[in-house]
Amino acid sequence: MKKKASALNDSAMSRLNRIKPGTNVTFNVLFLILSLMCFLPIIYVFMISISSEESIAEFGYKFIPEGFSAKSYKFLWMRKGEILNALWVSFKVTAIGTVMGVALTTLMGYVLSRREHKLNGFFTIVVFIPMIFGGGMAASYVVNMNILHLGNTIWALILPLCVSSFNVTIARTFFRTTIPDSIIESAKIDGASQWTIFGRIVLPISKPVLATIGLFLAFAYWNDWYQSSLYISERGLLSLQALLNSINNDIEFLTKNPGIGMTMADLRAAMPTEGFRMAIAVIVAVPIACVYPFFQKYFISGLTVGAVKG
Amino acid sequence: MRDTKATTNAPATALKPKKRARWTRDDTELTILALPTTIWYVLFCYLPMFGIILAFKDYRIVDAKQSFLYNLFASDWAGFRNFNYFLDLPNFANIVRNTLLYNVVFIILGIVIPVGLAIMINNIYSKRASKTYQTLMFMPHFMSWVVVSYFVYAFLSPEKGLINGILRSLGKDPILWYSKEGAPYWPFLIVFINVWKTMGYNMVVYLASITGIDSSLYEAAVLDGASKLQQARYITLPSLRPIIIMMFILSVGRIFSTDFGLFYQVTRYVPRSLREVATTFDVQIYKMVTEMKGMLPQSAAGSFFQSAVGCVTILIANGIVRKVDKTSALI
Repeated sequence: MKKKASALNDSAMSRLNRIKPGTNVTFNVLFLILSLMCFLPIIYVFMISISSEESIAEFGYKFIPEGFSAKSYKFLWMRKGEILNALWVSFKVTAIGTVMGVALTTLMGYVLSRREHKLNGFFTIVVFIPMIFGGGMAASYVVNMNILHLGNTIWALILPLCVSSFNVTIARTFFRTTIPDSIIESAKIDGASQWTIFGRIVLPISKPVLATIGLFLAFAYWNDWYQSSLYISERGLLSLQALLNSINNDIEFLTKNPGIGMTMADLRAAMPTEGFRMAIAVIVAVPIACVYPFFQKYFISGLTVGAVKG
Repeated sequence: MRDTKATTNAPATALKPKKRARWTRDDTELTILALPTTIWYVLFCYLPMFGIILAFKDYRIVDAKQSFLYNLFASDWAGFRNFNYFLDLPNFANIVRNTLLYNVVFIILGIVIPVGLAIMINNIYSKRASKTYQTLMFMPHFMSWVVVSYFVYAFLSPEKGLINGILRSLGKDPILWYSKEGAPYWPFLIVFINVWKTMGYNMVVYLASITGIDSSLYEAAVLDGASKLQQARYITLPSLRPIIIMMFILSVGRIFSTDFGLFYQVTRYVPRSLREVATTFDVQIYKMVTEMKGMLPQSAAGSFFQSAVGCVTILIANGIVRKVDKTSALI
């Protein structure tokens, strides 16, 4: 009864403490415009990708094209070998990188969360220093290329992005605040090793932080083109993003890679370059645009955990 | 646990600080658990820190059969010559100006706009509408700069872009955005695109803090007759202070580095015509590393300079915050 009354009170309170209806409408209009601004570009690019060549040539890129054509996507299908390969590279990098990254991040996060560990101070400093100082991009490039010899290997795309001190801090803060010391102490009394405690007790109750860090990493790997642009020159190792970048980079991409059984002239005639490029942008962007709403909440929770220092 | 054991074993030392307890099996196990990540840190964070030796060397291949490291150590010392090369670049002042000015504008807008939007969206009646807006506005955050550069090109393409189409239909001359003629517009375009990409994400961060504010504060304010605006001014903003300060220190600390993709991808690889308005430290160093392979020591000097200055700025920003409000400081 009492609870009901207070709930009623709350809603009465929030109704009393409202902005004016006119202000509400204004705010809604403002956010509607901002939302459209954020979302329309992807629809625009999609519309360009299904515009007919004539429509583009005559009227330019339009939100509602004068003529439609699936030619760009047919063209995409003709080049499916290269695109599927890039998709496979992206997928491999994302999967391996995310698993490795989550493992390395949570291991370190767990160790840092154990305050009684004698080397706690030392490891904290190891993680902290890179947050404020680094060798810089050129020095990293030299180390990765000439000392670790990562050039033109898939590891150049995976290893440098694996761990970040920010993620380690999120994991540490999570373990410190949500896992009661008593559980770990009692496991220790039962003779469990730290490895068992971490694998059997800590990880199973830490799913939210695993999801958050995993998603941070997965999106970072999926969206990465920078590592590719530095370390990869072999076409077979280009990820989807890097392929998109390289198509942008040399407009002559298609003429350099003629399809089987076509002469150059045929190819040029059959090539809806603009629409084709937008079509690749669509197949890179749309999967993410479809998937992120479901994972949004983990990003937010990760951010708010990360904002807690300690 | 450990403490009680220590005291029972040696009652005489009970008064001594407990830190002197001996190394246990537990410590060994935890150290082993931390080992893989520590190796990663050594290879990818600490090795590059020593890689800056390159910046002080006059690197050349002494013996082609030997490894890079051998050649590095066999090369002569260059003193500060590589740094001087970088500092004497004809566009050095321009790079500094671009990096700092863009960052100052980004820092201000990156706080004012999202905080304002967060307060506004928190007051919208319909929670469902608010959730939808948040989701839609979050989208740009998940798009890579390569994809964004395609979006931008769709609008700004000189012959086919939407903007020039509109200009033409208004009877005005189209603008060649990616050429010299378009250069004066790019500072605004870059700021706009950056705000577009980060606005939703930052808004959600601040919104998460706003929803954490104790609602009884607002109830008390209503009873005292505070208007909505006064509540925002005297309750919401002060409650957001710690997180605003933290975001501020973090971005001031990074004032010498920029979001590389924003400048490099969105302008379509910083063509000559846009060099003056879009070259920042990161762009310059990237171009030196990728386009001038023989200039590695000079680029290493440049990137070392950048991260050293960045380190100093973050420490200064933190020091100032510490003076003003100790609890908000990062270190």
